[in-house]
Amino acid sequence: MALQITAQCVNCWACYDVCPNDAIYEDKPHFLIDDAKCTECLGDHADPQCAAICPIECAIIDELGEALNPPGSLTGIPLEKLAELAAQGLVTTELP
Amino acid sequence: MDLPVISNAPVAAEGGGCASSGCGSAPDALAHLPDEIRAKVQDHPCYSEDAHHYFARMHVAVAPACNIQCNYCNRKYDCSNESRPGVVSELLTPDQALKKIKAVAAEIPQMTVLGIAGPGDPLANPGRTFETFRMLSEQTPDIKLCVSTNGLNLPQYADEIAKHNIDHVTITINCVDPEIGAKIYPWIYWNNKRIRGVEGARILIEQQQKGLEALTSRGILVKVNSVLIPGVNDEHLKEVSKIVKAKGAFLHNVMPLIAEAEHGTYYGLMAQRGPTDEELQALQDECAGDMSMMRHCRQCRADAVGLLGEDRGDEFTMDKIDVMDVDYEAAMVRRKAVHDDIINKLESERAAKAAKVPVHLSIAADTRPVLMAVAGKNGVVAEHFGHAREFLIYEASPEGVRFISHRKTELYCAGLDTCGDGGVAAEDEPESVLERNIRTLSGCEVVLCSKIGFEPWGMLEAAGIQPNGEHAMEPIEDAVMAVYKEMYDAGKLAVPGQARQVA
Ligand code: SF4
Ligand code: SF4
Ligand code: SF4
Repeated sequence: MALQITAQCVNCWACYDVCPNDAIYEDKPHFLIDDAKCTECLGDHADPQCAAICPIECAIIDELGEALNPPGSLTGIPLEKLAELAAQGLVTTELP
Repeated sequence: MDLPVISNAPVAAEGGGCASSGCGSAPDALAHLPDEIRAKVQDHPCYSEDAHHYFARMHVAVAPACNIQCNYCNRKYDCSNESRPGVVSELLTPDQALKKIKAVAAEIPQMTVLGIAGPGDPLANPGRTFETFRMLSEQTPDIKLCVSTNGLNLPQYADEIAKHNIDHVTITINCVDPEIGAKIYPWIYWNNKRIRGVEGARILIEQQQKGLEALTSRGILVKVNSVLIPGVNDEHLKEVSKIVKAKGAFLHNVMPLIAEAEHGTYYGLMAQRGPTDEELQALQDECAGDMSMMRHCRQCRADAVGLLGEDRGDEFTMDKIDVMDVDYEAAMVRRKAVHDDIINKLESERAAKAAKVPVHLSIAADTRPVLMAVAGKNGVVAEHFGHAREFLIYEASPEGVRFISHRKTELYCAGLDTCGDGGVAAEDEPESVLERNIRTLSGCEVVLCSKIGFEPWGMLEAAGIQPNGEHAMEPIEDAVMAVYKEMYDAGKLAVPGQARQVA
């Protein structure tokens, strides 16, 4: 079990600092998670730390490809509004 | 004469001192401070209106991570608490930052203040932030350090901050009420959890207040920044101002929300508007009765290099710095000489001001105040109307001249040739930009500049604003007072103008 970082990542280092297993590393074009080291924080914390601090929706996904922070969950922008903004090209978040 | 700083009364003029010649925000901003704090602030480019013409500060982007979300910030860019939204800085490691700082300090001896402000929250990056401060305290002892924070981690690092050569800390405090906070901060990261809504805001506010107290009780200067968000915290900021002052913050700086859809922030996308110039000024004036304000702050870029408002960052990119070899010991000697020169100059300017009989004493005390816009640079009326990227707004009154704010313009003039002749550059609808710029000056009765074209002259007059090009290269405060005196002598101030909103 391991989480993954997607192309939405803005390289802010926040997850890197809080991972209890040093599973996250800097890479180009964005940070990555070493799936051999990631435990999804089991035994260390109630919540996966990278997903608890990451400021970007959809930047962290699980093995099934589900976003831990789905669209609208961090900004509080309603989904209908997000769809409208996406149509105008103002946001790039993929909608479910 | 006593300086009333508690009441809402305007600060009375001190006979002949700095207050009387109105060196911008300095008199009312600094008058209430204890001597040792005033001494610290006096020559600080960010706080002293006259010193900021001569000294410079820079920021280094070593702190990328953040532990909260503000609704006016998009984390693709730098921390919006300290820079304009949409700015991306070159991220540096502490070692790279040290190299860059030494290179800049050697090249620009006026650089006396180094800040860490982002691109995230410095205290959410304690390793990178304090490693940088530790090396600087050891290797560049002639540079003052400062740091800004959202406050969440402040209580825990107050002792660490006290260890370094850090002369002031800026905390962004937008509210003291968690219900209001929930509208500004959707979540925080706290004790290994993401905490949302009112609960998150409550913790953040508690930490900010604790942090503020922890710093002031250790004798560290604290400045508070607030972002004015119309309809969210505008009225509330008056309360914030009272509380942070009571806890010992030495300045409260109210900044306008900047929210555009293309910045991709929550407020930008949800079409939350920013304050108008008038709203910002009214609130700054309202809070000024309670607390000194820093009017000349420009929300500089987090990696700006140079005198406030001027950016020489391109001269110091990492590839250029890598090939520089800086002998900092030698640089410190040169820097000391330059600093001594500047201090002497500042002192003689202050003494010269003090020796002059202030013009405003000859103006009847009930004369109404006048707002003037100045196209200025380095403290003098220096810019061509069409080349001004911003106007400095001053208020002249029988108490003297005080600096009010900056107002940004759009450049409508393409070059000296077209404008010098009095024409206007005939490119993509120059009129509309010019008209917009004139609207930026609403509330002002006079605009001072070094030169102005024929067409904008006519349009300004039509808008009820008197252009004035007669005081080119004169110190701004003197020029503003001279024009005010002329208006007074000509009887133009006898008729009550627009009612004074402030005081
Ligand atoms: S889930 Fe936990 S262990 Fe895995 S990368 Fe994120 S922080 Fe590290
Ligand atoms: S916290 Fe999110 S955005 Fe920041 S580096 Fe990690 S995955 Fe990327
Ligand atoms: S503290 Fe700064 S970086 Fe963090 S969310 Fe607020 S504005 Fe952005």
